[in-house]
Amino acid sequence: MTAAQRDVAVTGLGLVTPAGIGVDASWAGVLAGTGTAATDPSLDGVPVDMSCRVPGFDAEQLLGRKASRRLDRFVQLALVAAAEAVTDAGLDPATWDGARVGVVMGCGMGGAATWEQQHARMLDSGPTKVSPLLIPMLVPNMVAGHLAIELGALGPNLVTATACASGATAIGVARDLLRAGAADVVLTGGTEAGLTPLSIAGFAQMGALSRRTSDPPSASRPFDADRDGFVAAEAAGVLVLERDADATARGARVRARVSGYGASADAHHITAPDPDGAGAARAMRTAIADAGLAPDDIVHVNAHGTSTPLNDVAEARTVRAVVGDEVSITSTKGVTGHALGAAGAIEAAFTVLTVEHGLVPPTANLDSCDPEVDVDVVAKAPREQAVPAAMSNSFGFGGQNAVLVVTAA
Amino acid sequence: MSTYDRISTILVDRLGVAQDDISPEATFEELDLDSLDLVEFALGAEEEFGVRIGDEEAEGLRTVGDAVALLETKGVGAATA
Repeated sequence: MTAAQRDVAVTGLGLVTPAGIGVDASWAGVLAGTGTAATDPSLDGVPVDMSCRVPGFDAEQLLGRKASRRLDRFVQLALVAAAEAVTDAGLDPATWDGARVGVVMGCGMGGAATWEQQHARMLDSGPTKVSPLLIPMLVPNMVAGHLAIELGALGPNLVTATACASGATAIGVARDLLRAGAADVVLTGGTEAGLTPLSIAGFAQMGALSRRTSDPPSASRPFDADRDGFVAAEAAGVLVLERDADATARGARVRARVSGYGASADAHHITAPDPDGAGAARAMRTAIADAGLAPDDIVHVNAHGTSTPLNDVAEARTVRAVVGDEVSITSTKGVTGHALGAAGAIEAAFTVLTVEHGLVPPTANLDSCDPEVDVDVVAKAPREQAVPAAMSNSFGFGGQNAVLVVTAA
Repeated sequence: MSTYDRISTILVDRLGVAQDDISPEATFEELDLDSLDLVEFALGAEEEFGVRIGDEEAEGLRTVGDAVALLETKGVGAATA
């Protein structure tokens, strides 16, 4: 496969993250390297009452009154991110050939808040009081449906669910659609807004969450010796992908390229990573080979880096085994927390920005690196580094792994 | 508060309609409300007025004024005006 057949161009980005609304605010936030977790009043009474929320997200102001009432937040976040990405790409939905525009979004949970509200309504008032909007508001695929309706994207339209890898899987699938010629433009990424008492209680019961509730900003601390779990976040990220030749032909600015995608299953355990990292390693090697690169071409890794004791050690060991110890590694989850089904998408976007600007964001709260983490984790301040090729890792509960290779334009 | 005002409040608070768009003559279609919204509206009206509204009754509503009239046939209005 030639580079022209293999690579797809990233021509637009849109981000709505706990670091800010918009690509500029989100990128500035991860470069600043300060944790965004805060006590969350909506989780009052839950053993872990902190989260990373998008600051100042006013759905009524951003999307209008009707969308603010009728759409679950996971769709609202994605609509805002998608609008930014399409504008950034210089595309106009009023004039594009909608039949050639696809949408592939990742989402782990769907409308968790809607589900819980309507369940409470049913328990209080009976099943005949359940809203007729319950199902259209909560099913995860609806985010792709709403993007299609809003933007006139009439091509392939789907949502991927691979838990915390969903956003990265979506980008990989979108890339495959472009390579296969099934669409000319694909809006892809992920969204999640599952910060509800029930889902957070569930994650807490698993032992997955940090208990550092007395000091939330320091709770998400990937690779740090004192890490004790992740902090759940909400976010959405959207990338506009096009085949290189098409992007060039229309004179689009190419921010970076998605050159490789590797997917694999651990087939090991429902939540714990394979301690040997065999599945993750296979996804990394597949993605690198898919990009037509050798392992030592990769000079930077945006890690899955959740801040859980198990993930970070296993991931660091696997990265070292696959691409060696001369790569720089960061986990932007130190700033953003873990946005579950959106994580792979916002991190792919941060990887694009890293490649584009030659600037690696620091891992927040890395005060004392875990001695078992024997890799070069960027901490304290952004690092200037030319990054011709980088890898973005995402691993989902269920042992589902998705790795993207991003290369410079 | 009149039946009309209470209906307006349901449309604004529960369905996201802009207050300025509401009038007795306004059709639900003009207010960008579809059949699912009408069922949701009926649920809100049942809760607000303590009456039962059948699905067919909800589907038959065309304007805001129709909704006021339907509720008045159910005994709402005189006691609450």
